[in-house]
Amino acid sequence: MRISFNEVRNNKIKSYVLIFFFIIIIGVLGSIIGLIYNNIYLGLILSMGAGLIYSMFVFKSGDKMILTMSGAKPVTKKEFPHLFHTIEGLQISAGLKTTPKAYVIKDTALNAFATGRDPEHSSITVTTGLMDKLNREELEGVIAHEMSHIKNYDIRFMMLTTVLIGIVTLLSDFILRSFLWGGMGRRRNNDNNNMTLILIAIGLLLAILTPIIGEMIRLAISRKREYMADASGATLTRYPLGLANALKKISQDPDPLVEKANKATAHLFISTPFGKKKSLMGKLFSTHPPIQDRIKKLEEM
Amino acid sequence: MQTWLIITIVISVVVLFVILLYNSLIRLKNQVKNSFAQIDVQLKRRNDLIPNLVNSVKGYMKHEKSVLENITKARSAVMGASSVEGKAKASSELTNTLKSLFAVAEGYPDLKANQNFIQLQEEITGTENKISYARQHYNDMVMLFNTKIQKFPNNIIANSLGFSDEESFEATAQERKNVKVEF
Repeated sequence: MRISFNEVRNNKIKSYVLIFFFIIIIGVLGSIIGLIYNNIYLGLILSMGAGLIYSMFVFKSGDKMILTMSGAKPVTKKEFPHLFHTIEGLQISAGLKTTPKAYVIKDTALNAFATGRDPEHSSITVTTGLMDKLNREELEGVIAHEMSHIKNYDIRFMMLTTVLIGIVTLLSDFILRSFLWGGMGRRRNNDNNNMTLILIAIGLLLAILTPIIGEMIRLAISRKREYMADASGATLTRYPLGLANALKKISQDPDPLVEKANKATAHLFISTPFGKKKSLMGKLFSTHPPIQDRIKKLEEM
Repeated sequence: MQTWLIITIVISVVVLFVILLYNSLIRLKNQVKNSFAQIDVQLKRRNDLIPNLVNSVKGYMKHEKSVLENITKARSAVMGASSVEGKAKASSELTNTLKSLFAVAEGYPDLKANQNFIQLQEEITGTENKISYARQHYNDMVMLFNTKIQKFPNNIIANSLGFSDEESFEATAQERKNVKVEF
């Protein structure tokens, strides 16, 4: 199956746009910090430079940060021959040149995710619970879903969103704290007081809004992505019921919590690592489409 | 003057079209070739595993000589085949004989508990899966290529450039019927 060239190009463009906006947001946040300490330009330049270097670093090794954060360990073929065979088989089916590396999280929950910057530098992580409880066809379905994320460069965009939005949230938090504790007393300049107030108001607004906007964008993207990866994963195995059954087992799992998953890494997983949410707010802010809908779509294929 | 301009434009457009088509066909053809090489790699891998399998099974299956003979025969047929069709046929034959071996093995608890056999079975099943995935990918590529050269107006140009349909890797309907296991 060929994932359309457009899909890949879109993800690449989106990734660069994300980095661009990240550097701008960091620049704005930096100049706000600069404003608080009476030096806008220094704040702007320093923060944009730091933003650029940080983005380059994340582009190269964001996947390793994510893997460490989730407690995933690299494994050998000797330990898990079955997992390696499945990954290698689907790599062939997807027509990828390099085999994604295999990582395992020691956790009884049933979950999996893929990360990396491109198919040549990618990895697939599964929990031990997933390998224990799924049969061959079901595991193949899950790995195929992850393989499609890799093939169409979802992994690059998802990795960048995870790490970059994480740092923006952290910085906004820092700015809010500066406002509350540090900055106020230090402003000696009484000229242009109105101007300064407006700037600070904008900055404050931005500091509050960016994480929320980032969050919403990320959710919207990742839900559509899951449906698409389900569909193209099914064309890799030519057996949609494999993934459908796997998702059924995953949804019936009484203990879906992945211990080391957090809000930043949640959208990477094949199903939400936080268990079931029932409220409307839970639905609005959920990182994954309802699993029943996904199963239904797969069964209708 | 104007007619010449128009003629020049038309000719350059046609030439450009032919160049682009030619290049994309070459790219696709190489992809087809490469995905066939993928099948070959896995077929070879399976053939390398079979002697080990036969050796580990021999001691347990004294009364199942014919099953093992069939496997050895099918294995050399795969090695001997050169055409796409021949390879597909021999490969599906070998798949069937292996399936019957594993089915027969169910009746030998000692063998089923043998660590070496368990490992080999996992290896071979994994390789079988990879063969079918490689075949699926190859057939997808062949379909893509064939569709491209059959479409109008590509078909006129592709034919005169010497491109022809690629063969898909498929066992004929007869081979695809279920394996009969005799005890």
